[in-house]
Amino acid sequence: MAVKMYSGKEIEVNDEGYFLEPDKWSGEIATEIATEIGIVLTEEHIKVIDFLRNDFKSKGSLPTMRRIKKVGGIQTKDLYRLFPEGPLKKACKIAGLAKPASCI
Amino acid sequence: MKKIVILGAGTAGTMMANHLSRKINHKSWQIIIIDEHQTHYYQPGFLFIPFGTYSKKNVIKKKSKFIPKKVEYISEKIELIEPKKNSIKLQKGNSIEYNVLIVATGCKIVPDEIEGLADENIWHKDAFDFYTIEGALALQKKFENFKGGKLVVHIAEMPIKCPVAPLEFAFLADSFFTKKGIRNDIELTYVTPLSGAFTKQNCSTVLGYLLNEKGIKLVPDFNIEKVDSNAKRIISYDEKEIDFDCLVTIPTNMGDDLIENSDMGDELNFIPTEKHTLQSKNNENIFVIGDATDLPSSKAGSVAHFQAEVLTHNVMNFIRNKPLKPDFDGHANCFIESGFGKAFLIDFNYDVEPVEGKFPFPIIGPMSLLKESRLNHFGKLAFRHIYWNVLLRGLPMPGIPTQMKTWGKKL
Repeated sequence: MAVKMYSGKEIEVNDEGYFLEPDKWSGEIATEIATEIGIVLTEEHIKVIDFLRNDFKSKGSLPTMRRIKKVGGIQTKDLYRLFPEGPLKKACKIAGLAKPASCI
Repeated sequence: MKKIVILGAGTAGTMMANHLSRKINHKSWQIIIIDEHQTHYYQPGFLFIPFGTYSKKNVIKKKSKFIPKKVEYISEKIELIEPKKNSIKLQKGNSIEYNVLIVATGCKIVPDEIEGLADENIWHKDAFDFYTIEGALALQKKFENFKGGKLVVHIAEMPIKCPVAPLEFAFLADSFFTKKGIRNDIELTYVTPLSGAFTKQNCSTVLGYLLNEKGIKLVPDFNIEKVDSNAKRIISYDEKEIDFDCLVTIPTNMGDDLIENSDMGDELNFIPTEKHTLQSKNNENIFVIGDATDLPSSKAGSVAHFQAEVLTHNVMNFIRNKPLKPDFDGHANCFIESGFGKAFLIDFNYDVEPVEGKFPFPIIGPMSLLKESRLNHFGKLAFRHIYWNVLLRGLPMPGIPTQMKTWGKKL
């Protein structure tokens, strides 16, 4: 566990930088995390991040790429274009959510 | 007469019929089980068919043999579940009303979900599954004449039924072709959408090491987009390509079409289920068991066995208007064949990862957890008899409790 500063706020994150307190997340913070991992946020990125956060809020678990496609209407190919190399992990990090664990 | 209706006479449904038949008051309750298919497959046996260890006759029996006499067995296709009417519609048009419904319709592979995989020129010719009897038998034929080349073992997406099976398959293939004397002519690759060899970290380390030791190349984080059936190549969303001469794939696993048609499932047709009581999240008189649930537990027969004991208790409580018990802890117990007549045994639940130790009794075992041994392999082979004679009949397994125990384990 570690503490990181985003937008002047102290935020608890795990060893890999994933948020332990999703409620402290904001759009500003998202931009900062994205910059850290080399992504410039666009409307398309924000659509993915909003879906992840809303779906997590209503279901209590992180969505899979299949769910993002079927329920969120975002093609997997687009996810890879927007968040290259590990789209779900990167998108969850920017969205201030936990690291996606693989289902069993 | 009140009715408990069970949908599906597979592993979980059959166990529930046996459990409930022994507990229920047959004067006021009728139990009905519905399944269109006649044959019960011993699915863990499919793994051994491609290598010629088992044949078809080792893994099939009649479903009706395992349904208790006091339970009515209807062999007909189910058209629709109508939760608002507490009713099941059958294909021939008649309906059955229920007081309590238990959904045990399982899951199945859906090769069509991946572009190109189900193409006629490769499916069951150069690309195989071993999760169906047809796939396992076709692969047995292929392996009889396989002279060498690129053998790719592949998982499309999680979750899958029996998450250890593809690893076991890779280990057994290594062993099989070594004994045949052509292992050096085969490039064996294990391709997974996960970041490592297995879902559970402890296991992933041990099993990843084993892959390496056996000369099986691991390709993690491979998210398949399509199969090029002419070039015989799998292609990922981020444009990685792997060529194959023989592809052994675990296609996308989904719940039954009935669940989708009845609008009761998630994006994979799995039913949202309360993870400790097995009550469905949307209807209080509907319970879900086995592979049909959306639970983060393994989709495996051992899990269905542990669930059946909890669910029997909860169905009895439900009909007596008593509170449900949150007793299912995600307990799973699996043998992992590692080739050359050895196997691993793992035991875990929602919260505790597989660890080393002895099972089922501390110190004396006799079986070792998370370690390769001959005895574990014999345990796996003996399990077929336990399955037919103990498990399906809903009888307790001596020494193996429903909730996972931590005794004898190195935590």
